[in-house]
Amino acid sequence: MVQLNLPANSKVEKGQYYKDKTGSKNIRKVNVYRWDPSKNENPRLDTYEVDMDNCSSKVLDILNKIKNEIDPSVAYRRSCAHGVCGSCAMNMNGKNGLACTKAHSELDGDIDIYPLPHLKVLKDLIGDLSTLYKQYESVEPWLKTSKINAKENIQSKDDRAKLDGFYECIMCACCSTSCPSYWWNGEKYLGPAVLLQAYRWIIDSRDEDRKERLKKVADELKLYRCHTILNCTNACPKGLNPAKAIAEIKKMLATA
Amino acid sequence: MSAYKIIDHEYDVVVLGAGGSGLRAAVGLSEAGLKTACVSKVFPTRSHTSAAQGGISAALGNMGEDDWRWHMYDTVKGADWLGDQDSIEYLCKEAPAAVLELEKYGVPFSRTEEGKIYQRPFGGMTKNYGNETVQRTCAAADRTGHAILHTLYGQALKHNTEFFIEYFALDLIMKDGACKGIIAWNLNDGTIHRFKSHTTIIATGGYGKVYYSATSAHTCTGDGNAMALRAGLPLQDMEFVQFHPTGIYGHGTLISEGVRGEGGYLVNSKGERFMERYAPKAKDLASRDVVSRSIAVEINEGRGIGKEQDHVHLHIDHLDPKVIDERLPGISEASKLFANVDVTKEPIPVVPTVHYNMGGIPTNYKAEVLTVNGSEKTVPGLMAIGEAACVSVHGANRLGSNSLIDLVVFGRAAAKRAAELVKPGMKHDEIDKNETDRCLDRFDKLRNSEGSNPTSELRLSMQKTMQSKCAVFRSEKTLKEGVNEIRKPYDGMDSLSVKDKSLIFNTDLVETLEFDNLIRQAITTMDSAYHRKESRGAHAREDFPKRDDENYMQHTLSWCNGSKTKINYRPVHRSTLTNDVQYFPPQERVY
Repeated sequence: MVQLNLPANSKVEKGQYYKDKTGSKNIRKVNVYRWDPSKNENPRLDTYEVDMDNCSSKVLDILNKIKNEIDPSVAYRRSCAHGVCGSCAMNMNGKNGLACTKAHSELDGDIDIYPLPHLKVLKDLIGDLSTLYKQYESVEPWLKTSKINAKENIQSKDDRAKLDGFYECIMCACCSTSCPSYWWNGEKYLGPAVLLQAYRWIIDSRDEDRKERLKKVADELKLYRCHTILNCTNACPKGLNPAKAIAEIKKMLATA
Repeated sequence: MSAYKIIDHEYDVVVLGAGGSGLRAAVGLSEAGLKTACVSKVFPTRSHTSAAQGGISAALGNMGEDDWRWHMYDTVKGADWLGDQDSIEYLCKEAPAAVLELEKYGVPFSRTEEGKIYQRPFGGMTKNYGNETVQRTCAAADRTGHAILHTLYGQALKHNTEFFIEYFALDLIMKDGACKGIIAWNLNDGTIHRFKSHTTIIATGGYGKVYYSATSAHTCTGDGNAMALRAGLPLQDMEFVQFHPTGIYGHGTLISEGVRGEGGYLVNSKGERFMERYAPKAKDLASRDVVSRSIAVEINEGRGIGKEQDHVHLHIDHLDPKVIDERLPGISEASKLFANVDVTKEPIPVVPTVHYNMGGIPTNYKAEVLTVNGSEKTVPGLMAIGEAACVSVHGANRLGSNSLIDLVVFGRAAAKRAAELVKPGMKHDEIDKNETDRCLDRFDKLRNSEGSNPTSELRLSMQKTMQSKCAVFRSEKTLKEGVNEIRKPYDGMDSLSVKDKSLIFNTDLVETLEFDNLIRQAITTMDSAYHRKESRGAHAREDFPKRDDENYMQHTLSWCNGSKTKINYRPVHRSTLTNDVQYFPPQERVY
């Protein structure tokens, strides 16, 4: 039998328990992953009893309530609070999503909140996305055109419609961090988020670099580590379909 | 004070903020060959530009005849004659080229049948100096801001802009009245960074979070504005806070004006399309201050909807579902998520919600920061752009879709001006140690606060005061109470409690620094509002219902030292930039 040895600090320990102080009859237990880089301690799971009678509908509302009323030290990213900035991506009851759009009524039982899986944790729920950002940069996400006339590029409605379902990506990384293939080969496999972005530029009718773009991703590791697991499409909080973008790239390469 | 590790950097230019205006400036500076750092507390695509929905205005004339002079007239009128007409001329004249440039950068604009950029009607945007509705607002469905922000980030990558991401800026470094750079805290590893620069461009956005209910992001805390105040500089026209007519009731999420542009309309509890009474010509497409006030009157007079009769309904259920799907997909999603409403079948419950700050750091049309010290003068080494700035093109009320165009036009203008003033590789001055110490003393003091008032409680108290005392309608009574009450959360900082003492992603401390920034802006907003005894644009005084051009066709300037403010005024620019257009003298403002 294979022996697995995990690093000492990978074990998540039982953390503090914060009992409700409001006397509410409608309590929900919320378990939050905690890790402080400045302390030489293992990560822990703190439990908060949250008064749900005075809490708005989304998981982010729960976190804000904890931070404002119970424990100001909990660290997480958040900004727009309505699903367009992509800051508050995290893992809630085992599934990646945006805390600001995920209704807690859709989660059963106690709520478990973890950082996005398989990222280096910087603190509590904050993961390190720098690798993903570098990969994004590597697909050269800008329009390449030699036209320098003063007028706009003409693009038909049909050509513009090809970008629908792809340009809306908010780079929250829910898809890439739910992908087992990205977990194992995250340094080399571009992953669903970045491949979706690559595809968005490949199919833009205004772009003159399609062939080069395709050639650049046509790599055993960058592209073909996608094994159509479809966790990405399942995870996308914007209802986009990264798996389809990847399949389309493969198809274009196969038929080129 | 414990010793902090300080890392020094030297750049020709530092851009603070990576939203639409900061990124556009950074692109221009990199193009000009200047060594540029872009410092942001969030990853660029998380900036609040991403939340802009309806579009970006420019007289392209893709959907019928248009002229930048008409756009200028609409903006002057929308601003209720508090805008500087030289700056407004610059904005509207430069707008078409700026949008075409964005298209070339790759923004996925929606298209017309001929394949040109699609433009939709928007509030206050008219043809031929106020005569009929024009389609001037360029749109990428209802995700225009998101599309522009991601595209500009791509351009910045193309130009190898150096980013310092998740760095929280603490203060400006000043020397003899000139700005010499900034000091920032790197959240990733807890180090302190001192950036020397010949020009610093503040692009930190608005401060909507001084209010309890706002469409603004958690991060909209106007950090740059507060840095300017701490550097002894004034903020301008802070009393002008835009309430967007249609924030989702109970949650505050923005529902784009584009909804009304595409044919949506408001109704009260009697089922009346009440905007017909307030703005017979423009109806639901009157300017935002007018529509917000109309909704407030309907609610105050008992014609609101719901158990508490405290909101109204926005209908688009009469529109073709195909149109909704193609042009308004984002608001369908938001309505479902935050109001549990299927917009093809039911109305959206909406209420006026804080959305935009017309006020900010005073600048000229070249984005150079202004102060008044005897006479009006520029502050060497300092620029401001975007919502943080008060150019002032929006005056007393901004028109919808004029903010995105403001970002790119003045982002570009700032880069151009900086390239004139700064030559690559110029030598940097020595920085006075006192400046660094002053900044780190404040940081250290806040970090080690051991009092009894949590930041969240002080912030809530500030937000509730602003919401109740400095709302859509104001009066001597509410403002006087507000002026007193808003100082309580400030005084509460004497016994502040910060639990987390660490330096890496200490979001307890980040929120405390943000609160320290917010409260100074809340105070200047309240005091500026108290002193303006007239109604103009978004500033509606029940006790002074008329505009008073004789006494108040002036910009308010407010300095703030601790909780003490000094209020002064400077005249609105009453001339245009060139002879291409004539000055528009004040008129009565009706829609």
